[in-house]
Amino acid sequence: MTPGPLLSPRVAFGETLVALAEHYPDLLVLDGDLASSTRTDILHAAHPDRFLEMGIAEQNMVGVAAGLATLGFVPWVSSFAAFIGSRDLDQIRVVVAQPNLNVKLAGAYSGLLTGATGKTHQSVDDLAIFRALPHMTVIAPADAHEVEAAMWAMMEQDGPTYLRLTRDPSPTVTPRGRQFQIGRGYVLREGTDVALIGTGVQTVRALEAAALLAGQGISAHVLHLPTIKPLDAAAIVAVAERTGGVVTAEEHSIIGGLGSAVAEILAEHRPTPMQRVGLRDVFGESGQNAQLLEKYGLTPVHIVRAARDLLQTVRG
Amino acid sequence: MAGESPVDERRLVELRSLASECRRLILGAVHTAQAGHLGGPLSAVDVLVALYFEIMHLDPRRPDWPERDRFILSKGHCSIALYAVLAQRGYFPIEELATFDAIDSRLQGHPDMTALPGLDMSTGSLGQGLSPGVGMAIGARRRGLDFRTYVLLGDGELQEGQVWEAAFVAARYRLANLVAIVDHNLLPQYAWPNAGQAGQLVSQPDIAGRWAAFGWRVLEMDGHSMREIIQTVRHACEDTQERPTAIVAHTIKGKGVSFMENDFSWHTRALDDEHYAAALRELDGVAP
Repeated sequence: MTPGPLLSPRVAFGETLVALAEHYPDLLVLDGDLASSTRTDILHAAHPDRFLEMGIAEQNMVGVAAGLATLGFVPWVSSFAAFIGSRDLDQIRVVVAQPNLNVKLAGAYSGLLTGATGKTHQSVDDLAIFRALPHMTVIAPADAHEVEAAMWAMMEQDGPTYLRLTRDPSPTVTPRGRQFQIGRGYVLREGTDVALIGTGVQTVRALEAAALLAGQGISAHVLHLPTIKPLDAAAIVAVAERTGGVVTAEEHSIIGGLGSAVAEILAEHRPTPMQRVGLRDVFGESGQNAQLLEKYGLTPVHIVRAARDLLQTVRG
Repeated sequence: MAGESPVDERRLVELRSLASECRRLILGAVHTAQAGHLGGPLSAVDVLVALYFEIMHLDPRRPDWPERDRFILSKGHCSIALYAVLAQRGYFPIEELATFDAIDSRLQGHPDMTALPGLDMSTGSLGQGLSPGVGMAIGARRRGLDFRTYVLLGDGELQEGQVWEAAFVAARYRLANLVAIVDHNLLPQYAWPNAGQAGQLVSQPDIAGRWAAFGWRVLEMDGHSMREIIQTVRHACEDTQERPTAIVAHTIKGKGVSFMENDFSWHTRALDDEHYAAALRELDGVAP
């Protein structure tokens, strides 16, 4: 589909919490004093009785959520992606993942585009961390529409889930109201020469790259994997078979995230030449969005370059 | 502390006898497993017996009964003490204690709520137990349920910052239905160099004062006096003035076996036949 207007994923997150709270009486939202950033303040304003302020104490917040989950509540723990999963990792491991409790973890401000806050507040390792935890489902929606759809799907699945969210408005590339299937990949563009596999908002840039490649006579197939775990292995193998070359794209380190996950699947099931676009074992820094994407190699042009390099390797 | 409610003498005798039997079961399981902790379980077992046999509302036949009181063993390494008490209380056959720490056992080294019915929370990483207790206490109030949540912490794990995150939030939410009991046996696994040699008693600065500063009501008790435990914990459920209650239980690590008492080397140690027999003789009332 043609990219739609810019919409804010975090506003979609807050508004969807309101809708979910009205539909699911056991939903609660736990905030670590970041509600005006993560936009759980939208839920707070609409349903103050569903909002539990936990203060600047993320480790306790996860434990409280676990206790609530044992009583049948569905707690949504909201903080920055940089903190959830790093600061709370032991708590998530011991009282959420190991007992397989129905706690939803929402990591806001993932990736590099965090409002010029710099490396402490950027999150380039959260996919790797959560993917390694048994029992954990990991979801990274591409846009505001998919945030909404994924959240409804998360409520229908029992068990711990990490939702990777982004801060700034981005073009919509998925249809609003589509029923989100956890664990399924979605083909967003048909092509034959090379496959671009994206996750999260980086899928938007993969689609832009595909349009640029089309102008250069290269037909790119775009597979969007909003679920990083469980991974849609069949879809990955299918696009590898179709094109013979795969480029992954993520606003995350190339170590342990989407690129690693795809490489593992292909190495086992259908060895295929690959390129991985993402942060190359570095932390980020403060800066404007466009500057950060350029410096750390995440723009559509970087994806185009990786695809052309790959084709050169494949075709010799 | 002075007790308001009388405790039946015959019941006290029964409970002391049960605690003694639990000590035998703990020693037996650790002897069979040739692994596991001893010092901490023996310091905590009297409190556990009082909770599970006298204070908590529960039904071993319905471990998922929604209105049951909740218990979290934050000092999860003392799991064998909890298992011994749960077995005695009828949650599972006493013979199963022989599987403690073994492969495929429901009695994992640290409590695993997915393995064994009757465990209200998985624990093991120190400092974490109070936070789920806060969640349960908030949840009880939201559900309109009267149950109480008891969390047993070691004094050593009070060094973990998360305990104080939870203490702060519990006071803010006025969780009168939450009781934290600190097993204050003064002996961590290795201790601090400036406390002298490893294994010396480690006093911590003003444990009671710290809980009070966070807005908790604080009580203290002899953690090996069945009468005091029952009177104090019962009192913890009354006149709370919308505050959570912390009870500092003064205990002795290794309590009940003279050569283990206050000896940190029995924190975790395989129990050989000779020491096992000697310990049982003491518990049977035979002079060492």
